[in-house]
Amino acid sequence: MTQKLVIIGNGMAPGRMLEHLLEKAPDLYQVTIFNAEPRVNYDRIMLSPVLSGEKDYEQIIIHGDGWYIKHNITLYKGHKIVAIDRAAKTVTSDHGVTESYDKLVIATGSVPFIIPVPGKELRGVITYRDLDDVQAMLLAAQSREKAIVIGGGLLGLEAAAGLASRGMDVTVLHVMPTLMERQLDPAAGYLLQKAVEERGIKVITKANTKAIIGNGKVEGIELDDGRIIPATLIVMAVGIRPNIGLAKDAGLAVNRGIVVDAGMGTSDGDIYALGECAEVGGQVYGLVAPLYEMARVAAAQLAGDTSAGFVHSDTPTKLKVTGIDLFSLGDFADGDDREEIVLRDASAGVYKRLVLKDNRIIGTVLYGETADGAWFNDLKKKATDISEMRETLIFGQAYQGGSPLNPMAAVAALPDDAEICGCNGVCKGKITSTISAKGLTSLDDVRAHTKASASCGSCTGLVEQLMSITLGDAYNPKAVQPMCTCTELGHDDVRRLIKAKGLKTIPAVMQELEWKTSCGCAKCRPALNYYLVCDWPDEYADDYQSRFINERVHANIQKDGTYSVVPRMWGGVTNAGELRAIADVVDKFEIPMVKVTGGQRIDLLGIHKEDLPAVWADLGKAGFISGQAYAKGLRTVKTCVGSDWCRFGTQDSTGLGIRIEKFMWGSWTPAKLKLAVSGCPRNCAEATCKDIGVICVDSGFEIHFAGAAGLDIKGTEVLGLVKTEDEALEHIVALTQMYREQGRYLERIYKWAKRIGLDEIRRQIMTDVDKRKAYYERFVFSQTFAQVDPWSERVSGKDKHEFRPMATVGFHQAAE
Amino acid sequence: MNWIEIGDIAEIPLRGARCVKTPQGKIAVFRTAEDQVFAIEDHCPHKGGPLSQGIVHGAAVTCPLHNWVISLETGQALGADKGAVRTIPVRNDNGALFIALESLMMAAE
Repeated sequence: MTQKLVIIGNGMAPGRMLEHLLEKAPDLYQVTIFNAEPRVNYDRIMLSPVLSGEKDYEQIIIHGDGWYIKHNITLYKGHKIVAIDRAAKTVTSDHGVTESYDKLVIATGSVPFIIPVPGKELRGVITYRDLDDVQAMLLAAQSREKAIVIGGGLLGLEAAAGLASRGMDVTVLHVMPTLMERQLDPAAGYLLQKAVEERGIKVITKANTKAIIGNGKVEGIELDDGRIIPATLIVMAVGIRPNIGLAKDAGLAVNRGIVVDAGMGTSDGDIYALGECAEVGGQVYGLVAPLYEMARVAAAQLAGDTSAGFVHSDTPTKLKVTGIDLFSLGDFADGDDREEIVLRDASAGVYKRLVLKDNRIIGTVLYGETADGAWFNDLKKKATDISEMRETLIFGQAYQGGSPLNPMAAVAALPDDAEICGCNGVCKGKITSTISAKGLTSLDDVRAHTKASASCGSCTGLVEQLMSITLGDAYNPKAVQPMCTCTELGHDDVRRLIKAKGLKTIPAVMQELEWKTSCGCAKCRPALNYYLVCDWPDEYADDYQSRFINERVHANIQKDGTYSVVPRMWGGVTNAGELRAIADVVDKFEIPMVKVTGGQRIDLLGIHKEDLPAVWADLGKAGFISGQAYAKGLRTVKTCVGSDWCRFGTQDSTGLGIRIEKFMWGSWTPAKLKLAVSGCPRNCAEATCKDIGVICVDSGFEIHFAGAAGLDIKGTEVLGLVKTEDEALEHIVALTQMYREQGRYLERIYKWAKRIGLDEIRRQIMTDVDKRKAYYERFVFSQTFAQVDPWSERVSGKDKHEFRPMATVGFHQAAE
Repeated sequence: MNWIEIGDIAEIPLRGARCVKTPQGKIAVFRTAEDQVFAIEDHCPHKGGPLSQGIVHGAAVTCPLHNWVISLETGQALGADKGAVRTIPVRNDNGALFIALESLMMAAE
């Protein structure tokens, strides 16, 4: 018969336990979970990347709602258990739900330690524990004011780095003389402090907080030495305490944590405890690897395997701050019976220290270069006698056995039982054998099947190397195509990081995202310029030197170095006055070719660069502005004559086309954007092969998008039907803005749509009214800066240097 | 050498170029992000594209017609492409720029 299993807490440990349990004994229990947090199980290790903007919440979910439904698990979100009745075998939540159990698992985790100083209850004092804390910090960071982080340990430094990257002025207070003193020796602590300070974060060590000052809300901190540091946000990250109140009230044996045996059983035979709240062998744990080990043991016990037991092992520590590499493992205190090997490379910012006892590694601190961490960990775990390789040990695995090996060979040389993923305790053999057995080809697959690199991600490089060793050429680690050879990052990452880090100039992007070249190349610079123009329309100063020549001089370069000029003709409609002005310009400047374009415009070809401003001046007098026929931006809106003239026309397609063009001209887009409006389904304006098209019908306007009639030929997809012109305009503008914000530079709308998915685009534009309005508003805001006619600007003298030679020399001498 | 003054460095945008007209054709004068100045023929070895109109990056320019990348220091095409343009000596006296026209004249003769 099915038994009832109730779990209190829904963190990473019970989540992992359930995965194991469902694998071993899927039908043994009817599972109910009470989660005090109002959400599903997410990866708490990844909160720091969420804070810094490198990931968002959706990306760190471990089990989505669907997972609970699929496994028939009842999850009470936002229910805190307030009582356990061991006699009746029931638990009761703060919302009054009572559930009975056959087996109970307590996984209440830990609570952040609040230092007992006056003012600790003021508004603006928060801890760093869950997603709510991250959201509170993100909200506070919008002020860009001063923040103080109390605690220079792992969590405190990650919080400080995150807040700093969000634009806050951050000070870290640490009570000890060096940072992360539990994991790092003073030398590495010093290097770390320097690196943290280089990020603009102030560090005060030996800082004892006397009081938090403020009236109602935080205004600053007073230290023991009398110093006062102002701040509007204080994050306490000084440590955690096992959350044992509930277990204690229920009369279970507790010490620092809930006392459990090696099988995770508490003093009550039907109650287990695991995670940060559990104390096993006299120790409590806070890192994920031992917690996952507890999860494995508890699942085995619940499935009836009473032999499973928890074994302690040292876990390496890593800091998740982009650009700071550190690794710490084991015991590294000095001692008479110990020896050490130290390597320092000040210019490279590298520090390595191995602590040895009886020719065996017992502790490792690596700073700046941590690739050999896995290897040192393996040597330590196996207590390998290192006397043979002592001379070269510190240089790492690649230097063993004579000539240096390449990194790939070093990974290939690791034994099968070498640990690759510290968080999940996955060894090399498990990864390579799973890849082969299941035919895995992508990193995501390997993460899904083995859990390797699925938590903190710092072993991703190693896992990828194992994949290429196992799969050979079948594995393409660069599945994300870098933007160009100046960076490893793909377009999407760059766009995300520009927003997340608030990067507002091309040099800032190149500095922060670690460009490999000093000033980019002809591929990345125009892309970055577009992304910055799109993301910060009011703040970014367009860098013309990063634009392709056509966009720099607002005309189209031809094969002989002359230019072509296309004035805008709204909706393709013109008149005698305009045509006469064009004719006069053609005569005056002896323009050799006049051509009607496919977008219902007139193209004047063969104009010398020096003549461009004068040509534009004459065209401008007749009322013409630039047709932007050169732009990665809105080009033309082609129309048919519609209901004004055509006997089949159902709506005023010409009028709508002109309205759209007048609304959208001047906007930059990832690639060129051509529109058309047809007045009836006969589709004379050929709207169904355009980037965005409209087919007018009796009942309204059918909006199409993602067509192509160039390198590829593709009919459009239907976005949806709207009733009025106003709605048609709003939907088209919102769609354009969505594409502007997500498209990769030079990616036409049909390729973008294929990548994002048509349904998702329809959902955001047709269904989600708030999203659509927000896109629309952002486009309108951006247009206030974009709708400036570049031709009249240049007629007025802007960028004069572009159109004149710097000097004319030698003709005189030549004549002599 | 016959140095001819062509103007001031400030007249060339950073990471940009200007043209100088000579009897032997146009010379493209470049100014890099690091304020180095180079002069080369304004004529891509591939299809004659005006190199002065290209995007300047590092000490190289990408031709606007077909994206050949030309080294400003050597005039050689970089990457997989083969070809070269003539480089012209430039002197920079505290911002006043001179090119050696003589070498041009000789080349023309």
